[in-house]
Amino acid sequence: MKKVLMKGNEAIGEGAIRAGCRHFFGYPITPQSELPHYLAKRMPEVGGVFLQAESEVSAINMVYGAAGAGVRVLTSSSSPGLSLMQEGISYLVGAELPCVIVNVMRGGPGLGNIAPAQSDYFQSTKGGGHGDYKLITLAPASVQEIIDLMAKAFDLSDHYRTPVMILGDGILGQMMEPVELDKVQEVKQAEKSWAASGMRGRSTPNIINSLYIVPEDCEELNKRLFAKYHEISQKEKMWEEYRLEDAEVVLAAFGTSARICKSAADKARAKGIKAGVIRPITLWPFPSEVFQRAAKSARCFLTVEMSMGQMVEDVRLAVNGAKPVHFYGRSGGMVPMVNDILAQIEKLASGGEQ
Amino acid sequence: MKKVYTRPKALTDKPFHYCPGCTHGIIHRLVAEVIDELNIADNTVGVCPVGCAVFAYNYFNVDMFQASHGRAPAVATGIKRSLPDRVVFTYQGDGDLASIGTAEIIHAAARGEKLTTIFVNNAVYGMTGGQMAPTTLLGQITTTTPKGRDKEQAGFPVKMAEMLTTLEGAVYVARVSVHDPIHVNKAKRVIKEAFEVQLRGEGFALVEVLSTCPTNWGLSPKEALKWLQENMIPYYPLGIYKSPAEVK
Repeated sequence: MKKVLMKGNEAIGEGAIRAGCRHFFGYPITPQSELPHYLAKRMPEVGGVFLQAESEVSAINMVYGAAGAGVRVLTSSSSPGLSLMQEGISYLVGAELPCVIVNVMRGGPGLGNIAPAQSDYFQSTKGGGHGDYKLITLAPASVQEIIDLMAKAFDLSDHYRTPVMILGDGILGQMMEPVELDKVQEVKQAEKSWAASGMRGRSTPNIINSLYIVPEDCEELNKRLFAKYHEISQKEKMWEEYRLEDAEVVLAAFGTSARICKSAADKARAKGIKAGVIRPITLWPFPSEVFQRAAKSARCFLTVEMSMGQMVEDVRLAVNGAKPVHFYGRSGGMVPMVNDILAQIEKLASGGEQ
Repeated sequence: MKKVYTRPKALTDKPFHYCPGCTHGIIHRLVAEVIDELNIADNTVGVCPVGCAVFAYNYFNVDMFQASHGRAPAVATGIKRSLPDRVVFTYQGDGDLASIGTAEIIHAAARGEKLTTIFVNNAVYGMTGGQMAPTTLLGQITTTTPKGRDKEQAGFPVKMAEMLTTLEGAVYVARVSVHDPIHVNKAKRVIKEAFEVQLRGEGFALVEVLSTCPTNWGLSPKEALKWLQENMIPYYPLGIYKSPAEVK
């Protein structure tokens, strides 16, 4: 099968188009800018809409309008921009609207920098905006996986009527890798009889709304959302296991960090240390079961993140005290190096604490 | 007996929740009558604001969105760009449009989005308890300007229609009032034109409608109509500020 060289950010755009998305609303921010650049050219070629909004606040509300009108719609940003979108994401959740939101993370807090980081884990998986909610969060680790996951993201979003986040980092957005585009087939889209797109012969209007003024009704909404989240967490967990079968030191990492961890595990194995990696692909729902299973034979866990430690909390919840969970992280745009992780593994293998 | 006056089909039969003497009801009715006369109910999508008109989706018998505070023009942009053959309108108050949502209205107008915006200006925040709005007049007493709006402390009232007129993408901008029957009839003609501008695909259209808030102004319904006429109209002059004919 023919392979083409693509940049991660461009792959997001191509993956979305191949998933049947024809609407993009966004606002420029580094390090995801190649995505709007790509779509500004590609969307008109496929008869789609590319619109540069005046702000991230506007962009996410344009997404709300398009999603409520019943079309597949994409937006993209990076950390500070995602913070601005959080209000809109809460409304999308409240109105039960499907869309795909991309966050190519950079160093923070504040303006931070444009270097890669993974420090938006909390605001992606734990709600982020106001109110009770969860966001399906997919964390690809290669350019091919980005393309493959875009169709999955749109399908999940339509099926459950909920926004889906693709959580990447600056390295993933900027790296170029060969991809097989032909693997991605255009998908059949769901009927959206609930959309507010003009009555067109319907006898009653459709209303897109997240206002539940009566407390009993608002609680009902939250119960309905959480029943949906329960179903999602039963059915939609995804992860990758790497050399896990006999692993004594189990590394946990997502996205770019996971790739570095695989190299560190290989090096550790070459030195006779049984190391393996669990890479959650869905950060929410979090694949707890694989950690519980690994905890039976592992001596300890080491979570590696490009943050001061966010996913480590979910790993600890999953392991639930069965084995020690350690943490190694770099932040502010610094990237953990293979040998640094290896040093941590060696320390743990020799029985030492960090 | 011959029926000479009926409820517009584009309104549901749900009773309005608005305070006595508030002119939201009149403005809803005018928009609905225009939708009926243009026979576009089946193809129209409305976007309502945060504020007193937040429940407008219960009253208009067309597909509706409820948008977050100030963002209606962005939501409407998303709808219209997705479904360009639909008629899309926003219905927004002054707190919504002239304060928290200034960026959204200015840029929707600047882009020339083919939308119709009904901008209800009653010079005060209604639902949140009568606070100062960007449109509150100098000297006007509100819950956050207890001694009257002072320009040194709170700046000047914003004239949205005049501001938006300067944008090339805005092709129809007008200000009307609904304080008496003559002006109600004029307002309807202007609102109809603002929808026709969209139907002809000419660009962004906005109608600012001067409206009353007897509850937060602390006046009777009748006094409120008089207050609007005597105080608001001199600062917010009525008229068609811009029309497609001039633009061409």
